Amino acid sequence: MWSWLLHRVTGLAVLLFLLVHIVDIGLLSFGPDVYNEGIALFSTGIVRVISLGLIASVLYHAFNGVRIILIDFWPRGARYQGIMFAVVMIITILCFLPMAYFVVAPIFQPGTSAVALPM
Amino acid sequence: MKVTLRIKRFDPDKDAKPYWAEYTVEASPVDRLLDALNTIKWTIDGTLTFRRSCAHGVCGSDAMRINGRNRLACKVLIRDVGEKVTVEPMLGFPVIKDLVVDMDPFFRKYESVKPYLITYDNEPGTERLQSPEERARYDEGTKCILCGACTGSCPSIWGNPDWVGPAAIVNAHRFIFDSRDQGTAERLAILGQRNGVWRCRTIFNCSDACPRGIPVTDLIEQVKRAIVYGDRNID
Repeated sequence: MWSWLLHRVTGLAVLLFLLVHIVDIGLLSFGPDVYNEGIALFSTGIVRVISLGLIASVLYHAFNGVRIILIDFWPRGARYQGIMFAVVMIITILCFLPMAYFVVAPIFQPGTSAVALPM
Repeated sequence: MKVTLRIKRFDPDKDAKPYWAEYTVEASPVDRLLDALNTIKWTIDGTLTFRRSCAHGVCGSDAMRINGRNRLACKVLIRDVGEKVTVEPMLGFPVIKDLVVDMDPFFRKYESVKPYLITYDNEPGTERLQSPEERARYDEGTKCILCGACTGSCPSIWGNPDWVGPAAIVNAHRFIFDSRDQGTAERLAILGQRNGVWRCRTIFNCSDACPRGIPVTDLIEQVKRAIVYGDRNID
């Protein structure tokens, strides 16, 4: 049940980001200055921490999606669903850790971020 | 040992809405939960209402929600649930009284998948023979006792009471994969509809709930593949 519930919640979280993403990409139509100012928000501390949730959501949703495809199309998939869920969690965490490091590290080292904060 | 049972009670003649009642009874760790319910009914409060018949996990009467999971009260031991037990009627069914739920919609869904042998050839005159391998193909589905534990544990049923539900699909599977049966196409047509197998989101609550150990989700997935590939021999 938790695999399904997490899949639903992370799916909604990714959808929510998609809406935000449409807005931030849409800023381009107001010219490069507006876009740069808007996109700079993504290098602020708070948004970097929120981004962790997005990364975890995308990773889990992607790997669990493969698990669901295997359950549906691999004749023995349903029998191994528990093991596959454990594998999904392990791969999700293994992929999350290095990505999280690169996203969060600039908060503690001001000035090293790829995108400087125009204040 | 002393066991405290927290039971969700509801009498439609007296109560506006369900309420929780607590009973403490003496029970042995190897007693079944049904024994504790009987002790309450026979010595404390005779109005406590629940179904039970064989009390040996065969008739499928006493499926209920025990500590949040659908189980048969006659198969659950006191030592497995601890000193504090929560007992509720199964979710997804209309409650008639206390732990008794209305199984009529459940059996209508069961009937809708034609859970009986369908043949169109002339009767053979002898037995309809089958190899051990052909018999093994649908063995899991024959274990179903129609207790409703799987259907009552399914979030898809909680969200949409019109869904046919896991128990009916298990019993359709039992005939779909029977080499003697000739009704596969019509059953797959019924189960391919909007409220057929596709509302199964592979949540696996049903497989966990089944007191007979039937891999319910696995059987549902086999039916899905039979519909997709149009062939019951695909797996």
